[in-house]
Amino acid sequence: MADELERPRERPEHTESEVHLPSPTIWPFAFAAAVALILLGLIVSLVATAVGVVLAVVFGFLWVRQATRELRGEPEPVEAPEPVVAEEEPAAPERYTRSKFLEGTTLGLGAVIGGIVTVPVLGFAVAPAFVGQEHPDVDLGPLDNYPEGDWVIATFTSDPETGSVSRRTAFIRYNGLRDEVPSYTIISNRCVHLGCPTQPQGPPGELAEVETSAAPVTVQPTQPSGFGCPCHGGAYDIEGNRTAGPPVRALDRYEYSIIDGSLWLGKPYSVGHVDGEGAEATVFRFEDAADPGVHMDGPEQILYPYVP
Amino acid sequence: MARTKSKRRRQLEQVVVYPLDWVEERSGFVGAIRYFLFRKVPHDTNWFHTLGSATLTAFIVQLVTGVILAFYYKPSPNEAYDSIQVITNDLTLGWLVRGMHRWGASVFIILLFLHMGRVFLFGAYKYPRELNWLLGVLILVLAMLEGFTGYLLPWDQTAYWATVVGINLNATAPFAGPFISDFLRGGQEIGANTLSIFYSMHMLLIPGGLIGLITLHIYLVIRLGVTSPPWSQDPAGGERTEVVTAKRGLVEPRPRGNGGPP
Repeated sequence: MADELERPRERPEHTESEVHLPSPTIWPFAFAAAVALILLGLIVSLVATAVGVVLAVVFGFLWVRQATRELRGEPEPVEAPEPVVAEEEPAAPERYTRSKFLEGTTLGLGAVIGGIVTVPVLGFAVAPAFVGQEHPDVDLGPLDNYPEGDWVIATFTSDPETGSVSRRTAFIRYNGLRDEVPSYTIISNRCVHLGCPTQPQGPPGELAEVETSAAPVTVQPTQPSGFGCPCHGGAYDIEGNRTAGPPVRALDRYEYSIIDGSLWLGKPYSVGHVDGEGAEATVFRFEDAADPGVHMDGPEQILYPYVP
Repeated sequence: MARTKSKRRRQLEQVVVYPLDWVEERSGFVGAIRYFLFRKVPHDTNWFHTLGSATLTAFIVQLVTGVILAFYYKPSPNEAYDSIQVITNDLTLGWLVRGMHRWGASVFIILLFLHMGRVFLFGAYKYPRELNWLLGVLILVLAMLEGFTGYLLPWDQTAYWATVVGINLNATAPFAGPFISDFLRGGQEIGANTLSIFYSMHMLLIPGGLIGLITLHIYLVIRLGVTSPPWSQDPAGGERTEVVTAKRGLVEPRPRGNGGPP
């Protein structure tokens, strides 16, 4: 049954040439523009409205005249046979054809529109991670929590808005006065191999909580012989220099300031290495803190041109 | 064809066939499904050939359970851990859905590797299927990224430190490394942005890519045919000898392309 089903292959010819189309005209567009001008004039100035009314009347009349030409029996003006003329010219066989032009224009416009949409979206997706990064200073509490010559493990909230995710730990030692200025060594506990928390190699003391102007800070005295990372065995000496394992530089440090008898933590910065000890130490530092695992000195640094 | 069908039976058939017919005439959908399902397959394919569809099934399980988990999960640092506790302990059968998603993730990866091993050992990556191997590698990479981004979402100590180390591993890549790590963290510190970014990538970006790649992967399997095992006498895949339209099936053939309105 199904196989025998025969369908008419040919349909009666119904081509566009038989469909009556009005001749192309500019007047509807001009009329619409005039109406737009009237509406604009209502907001901006009555003069524009007047001009718009006049234009609308003129263009409307022309449009009606054009549309009713056939009814009124006037002959339509025969367009000059341009295509024929063009075909007779043998000189330009590889003309840039209309369809090619339209194809190119469509693709080009599509690309432009796509770009206009995509670039801001991509920018929004990527850029916030790279701009406006700030390190708010952190109040670590009164200076007498950090006695001279002793190490203190201080755990603090680096960004109160983020909450407990931003809890960080630093090892702090007061080195006494150097040139009449108090000197502190503040080492970040972030291992510069892959960012695990390093531990002081020594007996920990009593935990205590210090009230500050912001979130409370936990302090714990300790007597470390160095610092070690539990993840992959990175080892550092008491100044944060790498002594063994995979880390690529010394432990990061923090800037600090003293305000109204309290120790304030500044921004972290990366350290190539440290010569000397305590207040006499010479720190080979960089402006900002780089990611763990990023070489800051030595020949490998050319592999990391972008450092946050 | 000896027995003539009763009138009632013909009427019943009409009821079933008419809607199908209606859809087929307007979309060619039935023909497409037949093209998808009724393929030439070597006679000595074996159970190892099911690893691919097993992987697909595991992926679909991940999709469904993931969508359900997204109903109740809250990707903010203060709520994420608690919402997972609620899913696991309080919601009806929440422990089951979370468990399916959590263990299904491992099953998905394991099946991916088994499927890859089958393709490798059977030589199914050879001409003309190299492109499908490459697509499969991309699927594997995206699946690993799913694992990496999903691991942070429970927002416990394991998740946090695994992500710290994972992001810093990315940072050690030459040239682009620090750039990638900043993007993944959504800044220089792990925080609320990191969780949102990972959540969005885990449930929108990467699954979208996976679905697209899997579609292409399966399309190529259908186009090129299933490979025969190395010891087979059958040719791999093989040309389609019959014209796979709805010729002799439920639905009458329809002329396509010249039967519609002008």
